[in-house]
Amino acid sequence: AAAMMMNPDLRRERAAATFQPELLTHILDGGAERTRRRKEIEALVINDPDFQHEDLNFLSRSQRYEQAIRKSSLMVMKLREYGITDPEEIFWFKSFVHRGRPEPLDLHLGMFLPTLLTQATPEQQDRFFMPAWNLEIIGTYAQTEMGHGTHLRGLETTATYDPATQEFILNSPTVTSIKWWPGGLGKTSNHAIVLAQLYTQGQCKGLHAFIVPIRQLGTHEPLPGITVGDIGPKFGYDEMDNGYLKMENFRIPRENMLMKYAQVEPDGTYVKPVSDKLTYGTMVFIRSFIVGDAARCLSRACTIAIRYSAVRHQSELKPGEPEPQILDYQTQQYKLFPLLAAAYAFHFVGAYIKDTYHRISGDISEGDLSELPELHALTAGLKAFTSWAANAGIEECRMACGGHGYSRCSGIPDIYVTFTPSCTYEGENTVMMLQTARFLVKSYTQVSSGQRVTGMVSYLNDISRQRIQPQHVAARSVTVRINDPASLVEAYKARAARLVEAAAKNLQAELNQRNSKEDAWNRTSVDLVRASEAHCHYVIVKLFTAKLSEISNAAVRAVLTDLCLLYALHGISKNTGDFLQASILTDAQITQVNQHVKELLAVIRPNAVALVDSFDFHDVHLGSVLGRYDGNVYENMFEWAKKSPLNKTEVHESFHKHLKPMQAKL
Amino acid sequence: SVNPDLAIERQTASFSVEKLTAWLDGGAEHTRMRRAVVEAIECDPVFSRENQYFESQNERYEAAVRKAVHLQKKMQEMGWAVNGPESKYIYRAVSGDIAFLLHRIFMRSISVLGSDKQVAKWIPLATQYQLIGSYTQTELGHGTYLQGLETTAVFDITTQEFILNTPKISAMKWWPGDMGRSATHTLVFAQLYIHGKCYGVHPFIVQIRSLQDHSLCPGIIAGDIGPKMNFEHADNGYLMLQNVRVPRENMLNKFCEVQPDGTYVRQGSQQINYFTMTTVRISIIPDEVIIPLMKACTIAIRYSVVRRQSKLKPGEQEAKILDYQTQQEKLLPQLAAAYAFHLIYNYLEELFDKGYREIQIKNFNALPELHAFSSGFKAMITQYCTSAVEICLRACGGHGYSLLSGLPSLYTRILASCIYEGENTVLLLQTARFLIKCFMATITGQPVPSSVTYLAAVKAGKCPAKNKLDFLSPDVYTEAYQHVAVRLISSTAAKLQDLIQSGVKKHNAWNQCTVQLAQAAKAHCHYITVKNFAETVEKLETKAGIQKIMKHLCDLFALHGIFSNAGVFLHDGYISGAQMDMVTASYLDLLDVIRKDAVPLVDAFDFTDKSLNSALGSYDGQVYQRLYEWAQKSPTNKQMSPAYEKYLKPLLHNTLSKL
Repeated sequence: AAAMMMNPDLRRERAAATFQPELLTHILDGGAERTRRRKEIEALVINDPDFQHEDLNFLSRSQRYEQAIRKSSLMVMKLREYGITDPEEIFWFKSFVHRGRPEPLDLHLGMFLPTLLTQATPEQQDRFFMPAWNLEIIGTYAQTEMGHGTHLRGLETTATYDPATQEFILNSPTVTSIKWWPGGLGKTSNHAIVLAQLYTQGQCKGLHAFIVPIRQLGTHEPLPGITVGDIGPKFGYDEMDNGYLKMENFRIPRENMLMKYAQVEPDGTYVKPVSDKLTYGTMVFIRSFIVGDAARCLSRACTIAIRYSAVRHQSELKPGEPEPQILDYQTQQYKLFPLLAAAYAFHFVGAYIKDTYHRISGDISEGDLSELPELHALTAGLKAFTSWAANAGIEECRMACGGHGYSRCSGIPDIYVTFTPSCTYEGENTVMMLQTARFLVKSYTQVSSGQRVTGMVSYLNDISRQRIQPQHVAARSVTVRINDPASLVEAYKARAARLVEAAAKNLQAELNQRNSKEDAWNRTSVDLVRASEAHCHYVIVKLFTAKLSEISNAAVRAVLTDLCLLYALHGISKNTGDFLQASILTDAQITQVNQHVKELLAVIRPNAVALVDSFDFHDVHLGSVLGRYDGNVYENMFEWAKKSPLNKTEVHESFHKHLKPMQAKL
Repeated sequence: SVNPDLAIERQTASFSVEKLTAWLDGGAEHTRMRRAVVEAIECDPVFSRENQYFESQNERYEAAVRKAVHLQKKMQEMGWAVNGPESKYIYRAVSGDIAFLLHRIFMRSISVLGSDKQVAKWIPLATQYQLIGSYTQTELGHGTYLQGLETTAVFDITTQEFILNTPKISAMKWWPGDMGRSATHTLVFAQLYIHGKCYGVHPFIVQIRSLQDHSLCPGIIAGDIGPKMNFEHADNGYLMLQNVRVPRENMLNKFCEVQPDGTYVRQGSQQINYFTMTTVRISIIPDEVIIPLMKACTIAIRYSVVRRQSKLKPGEQEAKILDYQTQQEKLLPQLAAAYAFHLIYNYLEELFDKGYREIQIKNFNALPELHAFSSGFKAMITQYCTSAVEICLRACGGHGYSLLSGLPSLYTRILASCIYEGENTVLLLQTARFLIKCFMATITGQPVPSSVTYLAAVKAGKCPAKNKLDFLSPDVYTEAYQHVAVRLISSTAAKLQDLIQSGVKKHNAWNQCTVQLAQAAKAHCHYITVKNFAETVEKLETKAGIQKIMKHLCDLFALHGIFSNAGVFLHDGYISGAQMDMVTASYLDLLDVIRKDAVPLVDAFDFTDKSLNSALGSYDGQVYQRLYEWAQKSPTNKQMSPAYEKYLKPLLHNTLSKL
């Protein structure tokens, strides 16, 4: 019966697919068993009446916060009731409950509890962990200040040790030092882990973490010396009470400094931590999560835009014939299919980083950190690359849905406003690109001085060889085969090598002219960002290509190969300048690349709907009238609009208050 | 007091800010008038926007109606005539946050498309607000492609009426502004049928709400379409018509008429019905597109000299983020674009004023060119400015994400301009169709409009630049843009011909070339914009340092375009690899030069703090203090959230400890 209700256009699309979407879903989930378990958890949430509510688009911010808190508390209880403990399963559960949106307990569950586990002493864990686990203590993680973000050393909050009372005195000395943005701080939390500059025995010992009670248990009123509140409305994150925190001579016991690593002894003596590369590990983990998030959000947007484009008819392609599906227009395919390919690419990249992280974390406990610096440097750039691309891609998907994409009912505005801060948080993207660049330049310098480098940057080893044979560079151009992903990986590699080399040389030229290293770096930073982008682009094409050989089902492999080729070729056609200038490709090859991109659009067209079906988003999770699985868009837009707050009464009160008096007067 | 980091930026301006402002306004007397209008509006508390970011959709709508009504009073008080010289500044002063904008379009359409009799009947009623009008074109299933509209208007000869119907759900009118709640009348575009024959889309005046109690008229179903990314203040609506009858005289009939016996008479082109849309497309550009970009630049650039982050030199204070090359590279090209588009708008306005006068005397010759210009430039400018505003938004890091920065609202508002008044890709392809036609005409030696005669002057050859300074010559880069535009148009035309000659049907060939065609249309508009910028700078007087700084901005705009689209300039070797390195070097050098004047250049836009409505962009640069104080006024801080008593308290006290 459900199939009968399906929009005939979508039904036709699904029947014409050349592969089974479930098989691709299994690959994305990491196996059929994982898919089964994911859907089981999804059903637990979606069939649970406790998690139902009115469409959030019609609620005020306060109401949305209230709904989120309601669901979060139920969520924590139910997770324990169901005995779900695997981190990935918890993540699924949470994202089904909150439909991909942030929630007020995010920082408590994602930062406060884990920080206690990793940085608290056993005594501290006894005091704080169980109450926090049972939510008698709800905590947040207060790092960013009003005037300071990515550059942590610039934080101004102080924690001064007073040996007389064995307490730390916390202060926000300036307006710019007010803690600003931490999630859950505004209204929800009663504790915060505060990052502050530690002063003891008259010396600044740098940033340390302190557990600070901020609200009275029982009344939830702010404690004396604490000013705390919500930072007001934002682009998105309506469910989240991002907050501010100002402290005036607020005292906490010595034992509230997290002292697993660094310590302050009762007399004020500071004990240095052992070298702490472990924080690298946490950052790598969070960044791998953002790459995955970029993939998921872009996938959702593509699902909506592609299904809608199969349902929407507009204009005429052939005179006299009915209006065609807009997905049949080349321009529409050109907007959407490269994004679809990117969504798949980013899925595989996210999975790769996560796997590598887990592999290396095994090594970390045994003390082998040799791979960590490269992974850390690489993930910085990949986080920036994928979040920028997804950010722009979500917007393109929305634009591709025309006017209706602009309505909240399309769901895409919500995806965008929820995702876009990831370009800023966990390291501002440009700063991230420059971190990767620093590693690339360092590797280049090593190669120049005769050392060999390993890993993803090993292509830099070839640069010195090319210099001996200058004709090699030109000769390479004819060897690129534009139908062969492996050959395209080589082209991307050559581009990365060229841009890293150019940036490194420009940096050297600046250094020769100036005294200041920082100045030279700054004057080369546009080049350096380009080099990083080229490097990340190469890594993504390489990982996507490598993934193809792991796929056993021929039909699935064929369709993913088309996507991989499209991803690589479209990337070239968008950056032809780099490939032409370095003579990696000729004018004629660029023309072929452009042509082949268009041919691939036609090849992918019949599988487009099946390719988004494979992402397997439940309608509830997708939250879009345009992207509904059954494609019954227009009827449901009308139903949705009728619920708009402006339609609550047939004649709006403004008529009586303003319109009628005006008409009477004029 | 002004933040010293901002104050110091103003001391070193290389030009007179006041003179630049006057130039942007088109003369000092315009500046005076604009400031007087802005002052009058802003000192009136009814127009305050201070709480806008805290308000619900219902509150925003009510405020917009209240302001629109109050504005009528204000105008009488101030002695501002409806179409007086002040009117163009009023909209800027209220920042568009006001109802009844479609009422203006309703009136404008009647003036253009209505007979003298119709104008005489409806315009006074509308002027007196005895009715509130709207403009109803788009349907649920149909947007830019007007011929596809499904609403019908069938002529009933016996009663001399048109019967209007919404035959199915996809034909429901959807999106028209002011229609969801406010309008009493609307101009409905519907397929005209006489004796069973369809005559295409025509406009009909339809009453939808009672003038007594505002209830819906019989046969009308109408309401608000629900929340959107922005325009919370506007009641975009839906409308379903069930056998709604309007008298024969309600079809606008200056150019097309149905006579009592059902005879259909047309004067002039069918296209004329869309001429309103063509002019609206251009008229939205200053207020809805360029001003938002100027505001975004003002906010982002001022904030970037107040915000300090990391150290450029060890031991020094943290650096202003505008001193980072990467930040300059994000913001300064957007600033240059704001100036470039301000100037191209002046050019387009002149072109359209001339066209409008011609059409009034029923000379339709210029219509195709005007249509092509309005389409292509609307698409290019809205797309460029939208992404520019987004760049400004993201360049402000975390604080940009707060609504109190003003940037999210500017962004969500400007991006609607990419869709309304014609979807951009469709519009670019319309321009491309015109360009291909003109290109083919030049081959056969037929005359073409002067704006595209350059297509005939196809020159081979290479870019003559020898060093990076050569790329600061407008002739050098304008040539390069022209070369690329001609190459993209001619190669696409050739490709189309090839496909057709190889037996591909014309419409298929067209669809297969659309990606290239859209690119070619953009290249054309980009070229005209660069050329116009360079020519305008040339004509400027050299006094007061204005020409010099404008020349820098023109260079930056042009070189940024080459740098970001290097491939198309390198493609046939017009610019060589070595020359591209010169472009990059010159481009990056310019960032440093313009950096020094960045704050004066945004000061010259002359926005008041109230009109920016931004904690980050205020003139005094007291960013953090303002952000802190404003946030405390958020409703979420004024009252205790019910969530605590209802959910948090049980959570904190007992429920979970059982587990």
